[in-house]
Amino acid sequence: MTSTFRYLPDTKQDQQDMLDFLNIQSIDDLFADLPSSIKLTEALAIPKAIPEPDLIKKMQQLSLQNIHANQYPLFLGAGTYDHFIPSVVSHIIGRSEFYTAYTPYQPEISQGELQAIFEFQTMVCELTGMDIANSSMYDGFTSVAEAAALAVSTTKRSKVMVSQAVHPESRAILKTAATGPGYQVEEIDLTTDITNIRDIQEKADDQTAAIIVQYPNFFGSVEDLLEIKKIAQEHGALLIVSANPLALAILQPPGKLGADIVVGDMQPFGIQISFGGPHCGYFAVTKKLMRKIPGRIVGQTTDAQGNRGFTLTLQTREQHIRREKASSNICSNQALNALASAVFMSALGKQGIRQMATLNIKKADYMARQLTEKGFSVNNQSPFFNEFVVTLPVSASEVNHKLFEAGIIGGFDLNKDYRMNNQMLIAVTEQRSKQEIDQFITILEGL
Amino acid sequence: MADYHQLIFEISQSGRTGADLPESDVDPIELDEKFPKHLLRETPAELPEVSELQLVRHYTALSHKNYGVDNGFYPLGSCTMKYNPKINEDVARLEGFSRIHPYQPAETVQGALQLLYELQEDLAAISGMDAVTLQPSAGAQGEWTGLMIAKNYHQQNGENRSKVLVPDSAHGTNPASAAVAGFDTVTIPSNENGLVDLEALKKRVDQDTAALMLTNPNTLGLFEKDIVEIAEVVHEAGGLLYYDGANANAILGKTTPGKMGFDIVHLNLHKTFTTPHGGGGPGAGPVGVTKELIPFLPVPRIEKDGDNYIWNDDEPLSIGRVKGYYGNFGILARAYTYIRTMGPEGLRQVSESAVLHANYLRKRLETHYESPYAQFCKHEFVLSGSKQKKLGVRTMNIAKRLLDFGYHPPTIYFPLNVEECLMIEPTETETKETLDAFADSMIQIANEVEEDPDIVLDAPHTTVVGRLDETKAARKPVLRYTKSV
Ligand SMILES: Cc1ncc(COP(=O)(O)O)c(C=O)c1O
Repeated sequence: MTSTFRYLPDTKQDQQDMLDFLNIQSIDDLFADLPSSIKLTEALAIPKAIPEPDLIKKMQQLSLQNIHANQYPLFLGAGTYDHFIPSVVSHIIGRSEFYTAYTPYQPEISQGELQAIFEFQTMVCELTGMDIANSSMYDGFTSVAEAAALAVSTTKRSKVMVSQAVHPESRAILKTAATGPGYQVEEIDLTTDITNIRDIQEKADDQTAAIIVQYPNFFGSVEDLLEIKKIAQEHGALLIVSANPLALAILQPPGKLGADIVVGDMQPFGIQISFGGPHCGYFAVTKKLMRKIPGRIVGQTTDAQGNRGFTLTLQTREQHIRREKASSNICSNQALNALASAVFMSALGKQGIRQMATLNIKKADYMARQLTEKGFSVNNQSPFFNEFVVTLPVSASEVNHKLFEAGIIGGFDLNKDYRMNNQMLIAVTEQRSKQEIDQFITILEGL
Repeated sequence: MADYHQLIFEISQSGRTGADLPESDVDPIELDEKFPKHLLRETPAELPEVSELQLVRHYTALSHKNYGVDNGFYPLGSCTMKYNPKINEDVARLEGFSRIHPYQPAETVQGALQLLYELQEDLAAISGMDAVTLQPSAGAQGEWTGLMIAKNYHQQNGENRSKVLVPDSAHGTNPASAAVAGFDTVTIPSNENGLVDLEALKKRVDQDTAALMLTNPNTLGLFEKDIVEIAEVVHEAGGLLYYDGANANAILGKTTPGKMGFDIVHLNLHKTFTTPHGGGGPGAGPVGVTKELIPFLPVPRIEKDGDNYIWNDDEPLSIGRVKGYYGNFGILARAYTYIRTMGPEGLRQVSESAVLHANYLRKRLETHYESPYAQFCKHEFVLSGSKQKKLGVRTMNIAKRLLDFGYHPPTIYFPLNVEECLMIEPTETETKETLDAFADSMIQIANEVEEDPDIVLDAPHTTVVGRLDETKAARKPVLRYTKSV
């Protein structure tokens, strides 16, 4: 062993001194308790070390084999959106006091992180209209499954109902998760672009733990939560809403419409699209469910002098507590991205996020109206936020191909998940200019 | 700003903003014409209103009240708080990685797919497994994924095995993951040497055993030298062996879970593979499996077709999807960069150095603190504060006193089977000088416990807040800011 790796500081002398102190001849002596049958005799079959200057070049080259959103305008959304991120966000989360810290187990030297998360929890409560929010989950999709697990364990019922207008990946994860404890997942049909209320009525029963909907839903349309809540209430089921936080700048918060659990992903707020992760799930509940909320929560308290301070609290599943009966196993979360989104929300502020949400509505509305004028049919019959579905004369993949040739990344092909032939889900964020939208439409017209 | 204690909401003033957006370049619309009234927000969300500089000062002040690996020594056992390389951060932020959408056609993201594919191969080699999924977002999600694979595997064989065996020294996520995957847990006691009690294991293994979850080296930092026999016992009963590889820092290039006889492995990239902990996350918990179990891995999978990388989500026996898209890509890119930086020789040196450091530090401390196990440790070790407890000082006090010396304390009161446990993991990236200075401080504290216990009992003395009232926090939870009127 020699010290030729920049992360390994031991000199030969250091090593010798430590071996001498331990009264051993070589480092191998420390591995003598490994049975010889399991010892590796050859080097790991992985590529050789690459010096930093060469490695950064290699990684740049690899990254350039991807077409990215700074090169081609992006009309893909479907759960991950291209939004403006102010420069302050990466500068704050790039402060290594934040990003190289572990979970704030020692509150006296983690007040920065703890306070930032306490502020994050407050912001999530403000947006969702809920009483309590945790410090983050893996992503919006897994949060849906966590919410279902909470509902099943609280109500002690055996079925959750999920609208087909909930993101296909949320539903896929939910189905995987349900086979663990063994609860049933029943899907609710659509009426074109929204959840079919009659179908909920027909399927809901006294074994229904929760009804899960998305707001705005996968097609961009805004569900009428009040009507759905009514049915949930009749059957004593919880209402779980998966919501885009940006839309909540404008839409009535689910908490005001009777939601028991609100989840979603903070990605629209200051988190890079980054090929789908890391993003940041959020999880908010009513007071009634406070002690059942999964994950870590920061609470305010005082020290002996009466100074305000913050600490992890209501800890239910950290390493020192046995959780044979757990309904969640989450430990590490996405704290740094929660911080990113808190910085984003602080930067844009009360007015800024409304302004951004309104820009999204306007641009999506503009594009949909232009498409309609040009004779394409927009499927959404309910009001939509920044996404909508358009019917195309040919397959979505063919259209995307044409768009790509013209330097545009087109929308989400609905054929695979919904068997909706020739239909595409288009996201129009504030990042898309009128010119880009017009160019997209011109290409469609040329088909 | 040293005495800055305000919340961002408390410095907010109506009319300020920290970001600006362009004017709309499309026609205006009326929101209340587009949306029914009851679906529109009546009052805005009360988010802060601060200028950009106020915002920067606020978070900078908060960062000064936080402690990371870049600030100093962080020997938090079971957490592998090693250096988080800067090149990894730069790579993850390259726009060709950070600005790509998960639903772009595969042809337009070949670089990202190649990275993921190669990382899968590397982790398979490092863990001795035949295939790896990168989907799980953290260790606990990896555990659950692995157990769901075990469950589906047994079901496919026509068996509904209901039990997962977990040693008493296991991390709390192990039994929690078993519960979430729908299993009952059976606890396996440790023997007086801190290792799995083989006889007890034999008694508890039966045809209802779906899997044994094991950490090796275990959470006491000891290598389970009976591992081959343990594997045989479980396999003979038809069970699977699950490796909790959250902390694999002692085995790189020395052995593999595959060689030890494990069938399923998860690795925490946010520990062994240098991706930062971020104050709690994000991480990544890839799962590797042996050949037999490949059909059950989550979908989608990345495959190579000639020179192209493609997605495959058509695997009928798969447990399904466990995470959105394809995992925490930005974290995976950092781990890939680290593995390329170190290569096979470097990774082996990582483990050798981590183990040397742990043994050195342990020996420096064992004259002052009780060291319960004689066997050489691996990348971490436990001490017991039982001697100090007799003098009225708890391990919690020792941890708090370490704060005064500028260190992050070790993990405490875990594992559960060691009284007044201190769990110390120095890692390979620290210098001998740092280890010595830390040992000196620990020894000074041990002396203080004997000579001047109050200074330890009243610690910390130097932090921005004193000991916090955690009981109050839990009894009367204040979990958000509310404006006082
Ligand atoms: C031994 C062990 N297993 C599992 C975990 C859980 O990993 P994560 O926090 O990434 O979910 C940890 C991390 O704390 C660990 O140390």
